[in-house]
Amino acid sequence: MKSPPMLTNKDVRHAVLTGFWFMFLTFPLLVIKVNPTEQTVTWRWANMLWVGGVSAVIALACRLVATRRAGRAELLRQMPAQTTHELHPFALPSRDRLIPLFGVIALFFIVFPFVFSAYQVNIMTTALMYVILGLGLNIVVGFAGLLNLGYVAFYAVGAYTYGLLHFHFGLGFWAALPIGGLLGALFGVMLGFPVLRLRGDYLAIVTLGFGEIIRLILENWREFSQGPSGIANIARPGLFGIDMSLEHSLVYQYYLTIAIALLTIFVVNRLRDSRIGRAWFALREDDIACQAMGIDTTAAKLTAFALGAAWAGMAGVLFAAKTTFINPASFTFMESAIILCIVVLGGMGSIIGVVAAALILMLLPEYLRAVAEYRMLAFGAILVVMMIVRPRGLTSQTRRIYHLPH
Amino acid sequence: MEYFFELLFSGLTRGSIYALIALGYTMVYGIIGLINFAHGEMFMIGAFTALIASSVLSIYHLPLPAILVLAGLAAAVWAGAYGFTVERLAYRPLRGAPRLAPLISAIGMSIFLQNYVLLAQTADFVPFPSLIPEFAFLEPYSAIINSSSLTILAVSTLVMTALTLLILYTRTGKAMRATAQDQKMALLVGINVDRIISFTFVTGSALAAIGGLLIASHIGQINFAIGFIAGIKAFTAAVLGGIGSIPGAVLGSFILGLTEAFATGYISSDYEDLFAFALLVLILIFRPAGLLGKATAEKV
Amino acid sequence: MHPLLTVSGLTMDFGGIRALDQVDLRILPEKIVALIGPNGAGKTTLFNCLTGMYRPTGGHMALTPPGLPERRLHGLPPYRITAAGLARTFQNIRLFPNMTVLENVMVGRHCRTTAKVFGAIFRPAATVREEQETVDRCLALLERIGLVDQANEYAQNLPYGAQRRLEIARALATSPKLLLLDEPAAGMNPQETVELENLILSIREDGLSILLIEHDMKLVMRLSDHIFVMDYGRMIAEGTPDEVRRHPAVIRAYLGEVEADA
Repeated sequence: MKSPPMLTNKDVRHAVLTGFWFMFLTFPLLVIKVNPTEQTVTWRWANMLWVGGVSAVIALACRLVATRRAGRAELLRQMPAQTTHELHPFALPSRDRLIPLFGVIALFFIVFPFVFSAYQVNIMTTALMYVILGLGLNIVVGFAGLLNLGYVAFYAVGAYTYGLLHFHFGLGFWAALPIGGLLGALFGVMLGFPVLRLRGDYLAIVTLGFGEIIRLILENWREFSQGPSGIANIARPGLFGIDMSLEHSLVYQYYLTIAIALLTIFVVNRLRDSRIGRAWFALREDDIACQAMGIDTTAAKLTAFALGAAWAGMAGVLFAAKTTFINPASFTFMESAIILCIVVLGGMGSIIGVVAAALILMLLPEYLRAVAEYRMLAFGAILVVMMIVRPRGLTSQTRRIYHLPH
Repeated sequence: MEYFFELLFSGLTRGSIYALIALGYTMVYGIIGLINFAHGEMFMIGAFTALIASSVLSIYHLPLPAILVLAGLAAAVWAGAYGFTVERLAYRPLRGAPRLAPLISAIGMSIFLQNYVLLAQTADFVPFPSLIPEFAFLEPYSAIINSSSLTILAVSTLVMTALTLLILYTRTGKAMRATAQDQKMALLVGINVDRIISFTFVTGSALAAIGGLLIASHIGQINFAIGFIAGIKAFTAAVLGGIGSIPGAVLGSFILGLTEAFATGYISSDYEDLFAFALLVLILIFRPAGLLGKATAEKV
Repeated sequence: MHPLLTVSGLTMDFGGIRALDQVDLRILPEKIVALIGPNGAGKTTLFNCLTGMYRPTGGHMALTPPGLPERRLHGLPPYRITAAGLARTFQNIRLFPNMTVLENVMVGRHCRTTAKVFGAIFRPAATVREEQETVDRCLALLERIGLVDQANEYAQNLPYGAQRRLEIARALATSPKLLLLDEPAAGMNPQETVELENLILSIREDGLSILLIEHDMKLVMRLSDHIFVMDYGRMIAEGTPDEVRRHPAVIRAYLGEVEADA
């Protein structure tokens, strides 16, 4: 019944042509390297062969997948209609089977600081902060379907809230955390109000503009933010005034970040399965039907913006406390793009997916040095490939299953 | 008064560069309704290709005008090729997908191309040779306008006129306008819509590349990230004029260029980029259809 | 009896085109009322004005549920009109495809429930009760349209006829006084049409009024208590099915001038 996938001469010719096309395309940038100051030119012909070969192989593989998929579709059409339920390759197993898995994961995270070095703990803390950021942005992009490209602005608001309050008034981390969250939410509403009427892609551009405006203000309004030199000597999070060594402080921050990440997961999970969560999803799916169902879309959008921004604000406070130094360079558009990449890869709307994507995207480059250099290149490629291959993300998005009385 | 004219010409120069980039945004948006976020990268790739071409050519001691023309040609050809490839890889598979999918794909493409150039060339600013010769007759006016500004104005006027003629009077131009009006109908009357879309990307990218070459030669240095800000500003200009409208893009570009020049000249140069972003946000909020665009209501 | 819905002088201009011209409409409680007319007569535009999707250029609309004071509708945003007791379905089905069948209906309960962010996060007893009540009510609605077994299925996986019924259930979940159905029988087979007919009749039994746009004339004539006929944005005739069938203006609108004379 199963016939092996066939590659025709035409496919091979296509692959070869693709190879040549990319050799031509990348010729100036990848092969020639000039040094204008010394007036020298280096020719890197090996790159050309690499590009040609790799792109031909990829083109062939794409053709192969396409033929196989077409063959399978043909097979499905011939078979009786009962097999309409396509099994999702990454579909999640039921909740009961996940409990032992969760146990193992929890244990791993608990013992992590005792097994690994301070350096590793530091990296993991950073990754966990991206879990928080990813989940926060997930509320806006994944749940409510509002593409926010300026999310980093709220992160900056949080970081500068703590930085400035500490610098001017000596305020501590624990006092700054809720203030950062609130100010983040306030900025979220401030951004949300004017952009309510805007369509999806315009909204995305305005949020991007907003993010850049915040960064430019931080960079140039020196009296307020100390400009590009930033704010230094921000206090690490305290614990009842106990003096901690740097190493202990790192471990403490690690657990603190885990606690906040868990809190985020808890809250976001509850929001998703609530009246408001349903309104967000309805908004994302069809905003006109959403209005017709009696949902105040203005309120739904503003709540999404505010709640999403609140997490970014808190993550910002956490960031300032962790690095003890902040400047505007940490809050560029690329940062927003990375967080967006986490949400997209995780599957817009899926909580487990976002957590996994944040950890993978943040940890992989740290441990695979070879990958590190190509990190941003890979992020860009991931966004493109995900949109084409699996726009719903790695995990299938899981909506709540209700128990039916029978 | 002299200062005023200096700012005026500086604004016009900026404006014509923005226009060269903005035309690509507006043409693509007009035809497939996509904000081609990676368009700024075509500008950057054009500048880099021109740098590489001129460096190689200068080894053979060609005269400056010949280098300028050949480098411009190389920039246009390769940026066009990149535009073509980007459309095929990142946008064409997403036709008919939800609206945000191609936008995210475009953002991904933009990040990819920036880092591709970063890895293939360098992360640092590189000096760009001054390819535009000094005109002797401009000597008396050197305080208000230099020869590269004049060249930029002349070249971009020429290119824009050519584009307008192409769109108004050629078969391809007619097909482009038809596709922009109604893609399905264009398909039905026998227009190869795929080819028209590809053509639009190639043309838009080539225009941006010429802009890249001109401004790089004017400013004297480039790096892999120049496409981002230039792209955002040109997009602002396109939206200001009414995205989808070609005269709108040109008008918007000159307004933006002049605003920037006078604002930085008379108010403060600290916030140079802020003006564009603030303008962008304000237009989108208060008049998303732009100056020459027309508002469209969503159909229920 | 006081009409449930009163519309007078409703006018809607798009640029220079007048899509609705001084439309009057009165709907009594517990009636099935049909709105018919040739394509482009302005029927869906009228729906969009009634539900607040379009802001009419002029005219008045008011809803007076029995025993309650009159409620002005014109100028209200769609969500407040729904809250006032007007719910609709769409000509081209607009479900929430990536939400489950049950959740689609639960979204309809939004305007009758109150849980806010606080309730969502802390789940106090009141919110738990409200959620339970929402689920129960919505399951009952699904039972009624025969989709309870597919409650946890994604809406996009339902067959066409079931999607149409689900849209009605979702609209009913908003507890409306008046239900607007835009071509509910479009694309249905005869069996499904009969089921739909029974569903519409049973909705009237519950005390609701129904205003439907429909092109299936047999269905309209069987079902309606009253019919309004539109053409070129104007209300050209109204009456019982029999009156409308014989109305010269209606015959002209549907068959054209020449045939009407012949």
